[in-house]
Amino acid sequence: MPEATHTTEGGARAAPEGFEPRIVAFFCNWCTYIAADLAGTSRMKYAPNVRVIRTMCSGRVDPQFVLEAFARGADGVLIGGCHPGDCHYQEGNYKTLRRYTLLRQVLATLGIEPQRFRLEWISASEAERVRAVVNEMVEQVRALGPLRLEVPQEVPVPRQREEVAA
Amino acid sequence: MADAPQTGKPKVAFYWCASCGGCEEAVVDLAEAILEVVGAVDIAFWPVALDFKRRDVEAMEDGSLAASFINGAVRTTEQAEMAQLLRQKSKLVIAFGACAHLGGIPGLANLWDRESIFRRVYLESPSTDNPDGVLPQVRYEDDGRPLTLPGFFDTVRTLDQVVPVDYYLPGCPPTPNIILQAVRALLRGELPARGSVLAPDQALCEECPRKDSKPERLGLVEFKRPHQVLVDEGTCLLAQGLLCLGPATRAGCGALCVKGNMPCSGCFGPTSRVRDYGGKALSALASIVASNAGEEIVRIFQQIPDPTGTLYRYSLPASLLRRRREVRAA
Repeated sequence: MPEATHTTEGGARAAPEGFEPRIVAFFCNWCTYIAADLAGTSRMKYAPNVRVIRTMCSGRVDPQFVLEAFARGADGVLIGGCHPGDCHYQEGNYKTLRRYTLLRQVLATLGIEPQRFRLEWISASEAERVRAVVNEMVEQVRALGPLRLEVPQEVPVPRQREEVAA
Repeated sequence: MADAPQTGKPKVAFYWCASCGGCEEAVVDLAEAILEVVGAVDIAFWPVALDFKRRDVEAMEDGSLAASFINGAVRTTEQAEMAQLLRQKSKLVIAFGACAHLGGIPGLANLWDRESIFRRVYLESPSTDNPDGVLPQVRYEDDGRPLTLPGFFDTVRTLDQVVPVDYYLPGCPPTPNIILQAVRALLRGELPARGSVLAPDQALCEECPRKDSKPERLGLVEFKRPHQVLVDEGTCLLAQGLLCLGPATRAGCGALCVKGNMPCSGCFGPTSRVRDYGGKALSALASIVASNAGEEIVRIFQQIPDPTGTLYRYSLPASLLRRRREVRAA
């Protein structure tokens, strides 16, 4: 769709002064959330831009959660799960991987850059990895600028026929 | 109906917004049952079939129409105006068909915007001959006489994003069966709670004649397109590798496409528990792919041409994101 891509794939928009990315992170209860907890108790410092939501498994993250996060103002969405083979529920993270693979394709056609949606395997002991991934993603999203998803809410009441609006 | 107008028969209107016209055909598809409908109601407005004008509607008292059946998405200011006018004159507004319900095929235009659509259609398409590069204008003066055209929105909307909608008849187009059931329920005053979709609230697989052949665990390593397989007529289409959206789609059509060896493409939309049809359909597909290896998963999904157009074929304007992101100068 060459016609459609020109509007969003420049990526050259300068981030406005003071822009702080808002990133919604879904961390699984058994691995990544424990790692984030460990990062905290180890007094590691990392960017305060993530809002962590604990789910029992990364496989609990319905694609609708990701879409809703973007629709409601997230600049990025991060999913953290157990390493392949380590899922507490055996295969939940593989399901996440399959959803993620297809969803990032769909998001790209909807104008959401791949850096804004990330899946990482982080085990319970990898606090340092939480710190590194979060910091890296925050910087990448900061460079992209705000998502500014303009979900059109109201239909402009066309009292005059000439009036045209989005 | 107790509150029917003077003639005794409830008045109804049909209107056509951004759609192909198939929904109008669907009314005629009622065959002899249309006599039952016409005998029970007065058709007060139906531009495609009867010569009523907009001013006739404007002259009606507010709320004097028992029901307006509006098909099509809202793409232009004229459609938005007519939807608002009919809302004002009607007790019930019924979104008729996939486009009014979810945005439908015209809703896929939300992958573009007005500017890119105009450029493609009026300047770039191979069959276009427009040396002066004229684009549609909402107003034009010809010898001092103003000429006007409806404005064209950047974004296609579902009917309920423009006016409150009381009921939804899903489908591309709604099938005669569900239309008749809805009209009978309307005439008897036996409609369900407002906001309901007038079709069963379960997945299409539940009424699919191939249901018994659906394996307990579907494990696909390949998606095929209908022309690539000799379809077995008795077996679940997903089990044959065809991308059937039955598991994510509302029942009520009687599995017409599946009976014709074509996979469900999702025109009845989601059930009431699902907010975003494409997201849920995507989840269903991710569940049935039998691979845990990153590269192989990529390869398998690459066999789905145009995933966004496939998953959101009828529902992009009703989805959580509603359209491709527009980037405007900050």
